[in-house]
Amino acid sequence: MSIPLTHLLVFTTLLFLVGLYGVLTRRNAVGILISIEIMLNAVNINFVAFGSTLKTSPDLGQVFVIFIIVLAAATAAVGLAIVLAIYRNQKTIYMDEIDLLKW
Amino acid sequence: MVTHPILIPLFPLASFIVITFFGKWFKEKSAWIAILASAASCFISLKAIAQVIHGTTFYQSFVWLTINQIPLEFGISIDPLAAMMLFVVTFVGTLIVIYSTGYMHDDLRYPRFFAYLSLFLFSMLGLVLSSTLVQMYLFWELVGLCSYFLIGFWFEKKSAAEAGRKAFITNRIGDIGFFLGIATFFYATRTVRFADIQPELIHAHAGSLVLSISALLLFCGAVGKSAQFPLHVWLPDAMEGPTPVSALIHAATMVAAGIYLVARLFPLFHALPHVSEVVAVIGTITAFGAAFFALTQLDIKKVLAYSTISQLGYMMAALGVGGMTAGAFHLMTHAFFKALLFLGAGSVIHGTGVQDMREMGGLRKSMPITFWTFAVATVAIAGIPPLSGFWSKDEILTSAFESDHLIIFWILIMTAAMTSFYMFRLFFLTFFGKTRSHSHPHESPLVMTIPLSILAIGSAVIGLPGSPWMHHWFQNFLSTHPEELHMNSFVMTISIATSVFGLAAAFMFYIINPAIPERFAKKNWFLYAASQNKLWIDEIYQATFIRWFKQIANIAFKFDAEVVDRTVNEVGLKTVLVSRIKNWVDQYIVDGLVNLTGWLTRKISAVLRLFQTGYIHNYLFVLLLGILIIVYSILNT
Repeated sequence: MSIPLTHLLVFTTLLFLVGLYGVLTRRNAVGILISIEIMLNAVNINFVAFGSTLKTSPDLGQVFVIFIIVLAAATAAVGLAIVLAIYRNQKTIYMDEIDLLKW
Repeated sequence: MVTHPILIPLFPLASFIVITFFGKWFKEKSAWIAILASAASCFISLKAIAQVIHGTTFYQSFVWLTINQIPLEFGISIDPLAAMMLFVVTFVGTLIVIYSTGYMHDDLRYPRFFAYLSLFLFSMLGLVLSSTLVQMYLFWELVGLCSYFLIGFWFEKKSAAEAGRKAFITNRIGDIGFFLGIATFFYATRTVRFADIQPELIHAHAGSLVLSISALLLFCGAVGKSAQFPLHVWLPDAMEGPTPVSALIHAATMVAAGIYLVARLFPLFHALPHVSEVVAVIGTITAFGAAFFALTQLDIKKVLAYSTISQLGYMMAALGVGGMTAGAFHLMTHAFFKALLFLGAGSVIHGTGVQDMREMGGLRKSMPITFWTFAVATVAIAGIPPLSGFWSKDEILTSAFESDHLIIFWILIMTAAMTSFYMFRLFFLTFFGKTRSHSHPHESPLVMTIPLSILAIGSAVIGLPGSPWMHHWFQNFLSTHPEELHMNSFVMTISIATSVFGLAAAFMFYIINPAIPERFAKKNWFLYAASQNKLWIDEIYQATFIRWFKQIANIAFKFDAEVVDRTVNEVGLKTVLVSRIKNWVDQYIVDGLVNLTGWLTRKISAVLRLFQTGYIHNYLFVLLLGILIIVYSILNT
């Protein structure tokens, strides 16, 4: 039996909001990166869900998901490298203490 | 061996440069440099003169400027006349430089004196060797400058400084005439080369008024330099300079430059009888007047100065009446005996420390060499045969006698009598009678007495080449076309008689009965005062020309101060005012606009700055809001 599309959409929306909340409220840069990953995964599930329900082109949604996963890995690698570099320079990874943009 | 006449003026120039730059270092030795340089140029001159006597003339030149296709040359030329001057300048010059080492001993600016002397010798030789009028004018001014330097050599003395200035300014008046003369001469004949000034050229332009004017103006230069009336006033004052300078510049060489100029341009003057008459009259007036002034002077150098003016007047008169060779001959003999007289006077001044003849007397015993050499010079200038002065003076008198101007002849005869009188008066007052000096006179050192002796020999014999005994060899040497020269026994007899008369009168007055002069002066008080005060010419100049000149200068000064300066000041003040206004506009309007722009920008950006918090969360939140608005608007359409 298959899970109805509506349930999946509600779930992904909640997951996305959790990620968004995390991005907006976490002070820790690593936390923000993790929250972004959550949001990306919510999107992934959306792709798969629509892909299996609409049946126009069953593989299309999954191909996008693979892309996004690869992208996410790249994002994480770059993001963590930036966080490391920031830590070396600023001795902190709390984003509210890094205010060089308005100095 | 080839002679390089160009070296003749270059040696003294080199000496001048070396002493100027290294004089501090050489100190006393700088005199040796000057002596060596003048001796070297004397040596080369003598060689060149020897060749000129054998018939070669030197002429080297290069084109200096070209004006309207007419080349203006710069070069050297030695013809017989230049050779004669060359001989006088280098020979007498060398002796005087040697003499100066003794006379200027212990002077503060000893090296500088020799530098000036060298510069003078350079300029004078350049003048003598000039091949064009323009070149001569350059050196003419240079000798004037040297004269100024050397008259004012002891410039700490106010009178010396003023005398230098007077000489310079008086000469300048003549020089302006000279300069204009060159210009008009060039205008009339299209040439300034001496070699071109031949009778043919002058005859081609004869009757042209411009040529006559140019001749008069050129003569003006000679009047200034050779201290002829009415520009003679500077020469007596020039005696403020050191005595060797008086001997070299103001007796033997520089003042003869005017005579030399007229002799050089003789074809010009000879072709213009009216101008020649002016020359003769000026010369005669000068000769007579200056001899008259010399009669009563008390300063030994002043007597000699007036004597120089008088003799220069003689030469000028000779040139004026057509006796070119006579004038040039007298120039040469005069250079010798007058240099000797001045050096002798210098020796006396050196020995006694005074210049006033009333404080001398009886120096015969204490200064024997000076006495004997001075005696030779006195006899020579008084015109007693067979010494040099007699022959040349006789030539002048003969040419005056043979011209149509008998008045000039008789005035010159009277002048000759006065010359003899004042020279023997000087001689007797200085060397005979009782010693009136307060110090103990002593004979001068050898460096001074040896030049005196050489000059004495020269003064004695230099007249012989022009005497009938040698068939007027000198005159024929100078003259391009030999004149018919012969002795005039009438003139000769009168000449000797006047000289002896002058001698006898001086002997009466100053040896036999020294009371006569005073009585004589009292009886003829007006004449005495006129002579003593030089006919008040200086005072007249002071009261007329100089006063007028000062008034003009005052007016010019007032004009300058009241009009020119005031205008300038007013313009300045107005400029300041305008600037103030401009400053205000700049500060409050221009700057105000700029500041307003900045101020506005700051105020607006203060609001905008509120959006830039610097917190990544805020930005993300705004991003989210944006997305929501977009989504919302999409959904609503």
